Amino acid sequence: MSEPLLQVSDLLVTTVAGDPVLDHVSVEVGRAESIGLVGESGSGKTALAHAMLGFARPGLRLSGGSVRIAGEELLTKSETDLRALRGRKVSYVPQDPATSLNPSMRIGDQLREICRIHGRQTETEEIIPTVLGRVDLPSDRQFQRRFPHQLSGGQKQRVAIAIALACDPPLIVLDEPTTGLDVVTQAVILQEVRRIQRELDVSLVYVSHDLAAVAAVADRVVVMYAGSIVESAATDVLVARPRHPYSRGLVSSVPDHRRARRLRGIPGVAPAVDDHPVGCVFGPRCELFTDACAAEQPSLVALSSDHWVRCIRSEDTPPPTSEPRLAAPGLAADMEPILRVQELVADYRSRGIPFTAVDRVSFIAQPGECLALVGESGSGKTTIARCIVGLHQPSGGTIAFDSRRLQPSARRRSLEQRRRIQIVFQNPYESLNPKRTIRDAVSWPARALRGCSRQQAEQEVATLLDRVRLPAGLAQRYPGELSGGERQRVAIARALAARPDLLVCDEVTSALDVSVQAATLDLLRELQTELSLTMLFITHDLGVVASVADRVIVLERGSLQEEGDVLEILRAPAQPYTRRLVEAAPSLMATENGLPSPADVP
Amino acid sequence: MIAASQPRLRRNSQTLTSSWPTRISLVVVVLLLLLVIFGPLLTPHSPTAELGPPFARPSSAFPLGTDYAGEDVLSRVLVGGRSVILIGGIATVIGYLIGGVIGLVAGYQRGLTDSILMRGMDALLAFPPIIFLLLLATGFGNSLTALTLGIALIHVPGVARIVRTAALETSVRGYVEAALARGDRVRVILRREILPNIWGPIVADGGPRFTVSILLVAAVNFLGLGIAPPNADWALMISENRSGLTLNPLSVLVPAFMIAALTVSLNLLADQIARAHGSSVDVQAMRR
Amino acid sequence: MSATALKVRVKLRARHPLVAYAFRRTAIAVLLIALVSLIVFAATEVLPGNAADQILGRGATAAQKAQLTRQLGLDRPLLAQYGSWIFGVLHGDFGQSLASGEPVSTFIAGRLGNSLILAIGALIVMIPISVVLGTLSGVRRGRPVDHAVSGVSLALIALPEFVSGTILAVVFGVTLAVLPPTSIIPVGSSPLTDPKILILPILTLCFAGSAYIIRMLRAGVVEAMASEYVQAARLNGVPEGRVVRRHALRNALAPTVQVVALTLQWLVGGIVVTETVFAYPGLGQGLVQAVTARDIPVVQGITVLLASFYILVNLAADMTVIILVPKLRTEL
Repeated sequence: MSEPLLQVSDLLVTTVAGDPVLDHVSVEVGRAESIGLVGESGSGKTALAHAMLGFARPGLRLSGGSVRIAGEELLTKSETDLRALRGRKVSYVPQDPATSLNPSMRIGDQLREICRIHGRQTETEEIIPTVLGRVDLPSDRQFQRRFPHQLSGGQKQRVAIAIALACDPPLIVLDEPTTGLDVVTQAVILQEVRRIQRELDVSLVYVSHDLAAVAAVADRVVVMYAGSIVESAATDVLVARPRHPYSRGLVSSVPDHRRARRLRGIPGVAPAVDDHPVGCVFGPRCELFTDACAAEQPSLVALSSDHWVRCIRSEDTPPPTSEPRLAAPGLAADMEPILRVQELVADYRSRGIPFTAVDRVSFIAQPGECLALVGESGSGKTTIARCIVGLHQPSGGTIAFDSRRLQPSARRRSLEQRRRIQIVFQNPYESLNPKRTIRDAVSWPARALRGCSRQQAEQEVATLLDRVRLPAGLAQRYPGELSGGERQRVAIARALAARPDLLVCDEVTSALDVSVQAATLDLLRELQTELSLTMLFITHDLGVVASVADRVIVLERGSLQEEGDVLEILRAPAQPYTRRLVEAAPSLMATENGLPSPADVP
Repeated sequence: MIAASQPRLRRNSQTLTSSWPTRISLVVVVLLLLLVIFGPLLTPHSPTAELGPPFARPSSAFPLGTDYAGEDVLSRVLVGGRSVILIGGIATVIGYLIGGVIGLVAGYQRGLTDSILMRGMDALLAFPPIIFLLLLATGFGNSLTALTLGIALIHVPGVARIVRTAALETSVRGYVEAALARGDRVRVILRREILPNIWGPIVADGGPRFTVSILLVAAVNFLGLGIAPPNADWALMISENRSGLTLNPLSVLVPAFMIAALTVSLNLLADQIARAHGSSVDVQAMRR
Repeated sequence: MSATALKVRVKLRARHPLVAYAFRRTAIAVLLIALVSLIVFAATEVLPGNAADQILGRGATAAQKAQLTRQLGLDRPLLAQYGSWIFGVLHGDFGQSLASGEPVSTFIAGRLGNSLILAIGALIVMIPISVVLGTLSGVRRGRPVDHAVSGVSLALIALPEFVSGTILAVVFGVTLAVLPPTSIIPVGSSPLTDPKILILPILTLCFAGSAYIIRMLRAGVVEAMASEYVQAARLNGVPEGRVVRRHALRNALAPTVQVVALTLQWLVGGIVVTETVFAYPGLGQGLVQAVTARDIPVVQGITVLLASFYILVNLAADMTVIILVPKLRTEL
């Protein structure tokens, strides 16, 4: 058996203070093999990706262990030698091409620079067109003279990949390369990456929090949690039957539009770097936890020749959850729609030039149902939500709530209308006032919109927090002390304090980790059925739609493309745009050919 | 998971005692502020009484000698800081009040109001500060009121810009939009959501700005266009006693040292405070 | 705005955004200068007791004052006085000094050269040293070099020019007696005939000015060095020297231009105090003397000139930045 191309052994990466970010991690990558590195925030996956180039970002240290590429040890090399290796033996595709490309350097020059520093200046005129062609970009002189800001997001990412390919390295590390790109572009990039890997026989390490994206690209998946590798297996094995409780929780949390099921999430929060529990690092959150687990951190054990698990109870791990979705509240079908949007038109002004964000959209929402508004960025879905809530003035059409027309601006609406319509926003780090306690924030709507006294409102806070599955003790804390998922739940509790009938959720889980997203979505669906809420759910993620919504509206560039029952549309989309979206959306159920496997029938 | 945020008071006092230069600066500034309050009580002689021969060397009667008019240098030094600090302080506060309101309105309202207000600010910024003050001195004579208001006006555009940026950034945050969607009244939103969140940049800006005020007052006084004799003022003393440099150098050097000690310590402290709030003195300067 | 005008405006903006921007900014600059002249005129005419009092002194009778007032046109409405003043300015006529009677333009011309010599001398010394030190401390942030440079500059920046100038004069002019403590020269001659008098004023300006440049430049360099594309270049294997030069510093050019512009503006104010400390016969000292003597035409003339320079420096800086940073052109 030939020596693996990349060999990471017992790698220890710590913060400056000594806390472990990577806790004695070992992993191997063979020639022409593609592995996926999956983990949520704080798992250490980016630190591991960087370490494969002998790099530690400011604030971290490569404190111990070994990283060998084609036999050469990286951790003992000087910085100058490392630079010589990077780009030639191993290269890196960074996460955000918008900020990682030098804004004052033309594309062609950036490629030329890479060739030059690795001694290939004589061949640049051949290399550059070749490598641009490989990533499906034009190779003419005019394109090479462009600056990064003159390219689209997808084009920028392809340039970053081209730069990584320029000197034919045998190993390429890609760090979340499709973050921030829309679904269709993401699918295209994933395909390209897979194709390049096959054609050039390079080894790939694909780092991501998105298990579905990783599954589309990698032969083998390595799952990371709190600085350790907890499981490593072939992709289809991991997706079908993960053996570590965390991997199982992760797989159960991934939304999938081909399989509408209830998403559960994983209870608890990942530990901070300076707060690791004694024993198994996942122990406090694990449903299989026993006292033996707390004795010491388990070691990686081979269940078969290429399936490793770090768990003493891996035999007992149940298969990923597959419960049916929670049913809708099922209110009488002959009731009046609670929301009626008719011929809505909304504009934005960019530098004095108006542009139409919403172009005569009409739809209704029945009481008690969850209606999803789906589309890419620029589809107008957020604008529609803002119009409904009174934050944006439409330039045409009407919105009626409970059969009464709504004033365009929230300030002009009646107290009742303002109370009964509530909204939760996307960014959990900005949804709460950092200078106000949780109690203050959650009690305010009751005072402002229901006329409660301060005592009354504050008494309700404990109940509300409980309802969103948060401990009552959180009430006296400040938002800065809470995680993203916790803050989002507080925002939901705040909205519920007004006792609304319509809850608008604007991409409320897009900024959260997968397992946190699953828990939040489950909470929302549960609340909806308990409280008979009508929910307007704005998202770009079809998988989320499958798990949460009853009906869906598909938007493209401001106009309504298709609407109907969620399961029907996802199974058999009628419009070409919807079809494109459905095909492009990543799914764990898809095999490599992109065709659904028999197991996906809901 | 984010660590618990410490109470602000403890964080601030930690910053202020973090290193030797900072600690020394703090002591110096406190001493000088005490001097401003208690100076007049400590003077051995009246600061404006012509008691001895001009430019006499230090003696037991006059520990720092006398100045050009035979006044006791020590007494004048003890009270000479009041004008600079008081005028500088009042001017800064007035500048904040006016600039703060303008910035808040511009940043929250946005649109046309914002454009008009900011163009107005640009017009004020078209003047070199000290020349503006000289202009006022021409028009109003040696008026301390004009000087104070003039310095306040010089600060207004900078303060307005900082407050406006902070208000703008805050207005687009989710919690402000949630308040708007609730239909909270503007006054309530400003009070509950916006104001508590713009203190940070304002505090960071306050220190350097106070230093600038003092430098401007001192410069105008030095040029003889602010405080008038026989009043005692450190900057004025430097120019008044220039002619007697060879006879009694202390009459020039001591007030020079006092001003230097004040402004340098103040700036070091201001930089530390600004750093604790995420920026530094230079960033402030560039954003002016 | 009419429909056609709007169309033309949008077309110009779309086809030649740079030209349109240059137009706009220049127009704004001209407007600002006009506004400044208005403010200057208003501020100086505010006090009761007009120029006639100044010229004739205290002993004049009411009749003499009235006659002179009429002669100088000071009884006309303020707007008319402003109008004729502006008219004169546009033709190079700034009026006459109340103290000496000579044309203000001659007065200014005589001193402008001296101030320029001082300013340019200071810039020649300041800029190279400060750019090197500022860049060095930015690139080597956190290291001993940075601490030393930053600490010293933080202190110097707060030292008023009249204090550092006075101390320099004491040390070099009196105690050591190697340089003249004041920079007085015979009327009409150029400072270049006796360069020694330039040394201390230039040094004074450099102390404060360099600290200014160093600190702002450092801030710009630190920001560039901490950017994502610098990290990406390191991960691509680019050697550190080239990372600093081509990736970090090249993108710190725009802030550098702004720093130079801010320094030029600061210099305008700096020469006022420094020239007074050393009795150097430049525009700054001229202005101070005129203010003290309430010589209004001289004050108006010098102030408008200096303020216009201030505004034009801004304009030049903005245009240069737009040219240097390709990305900004798309946001025009």
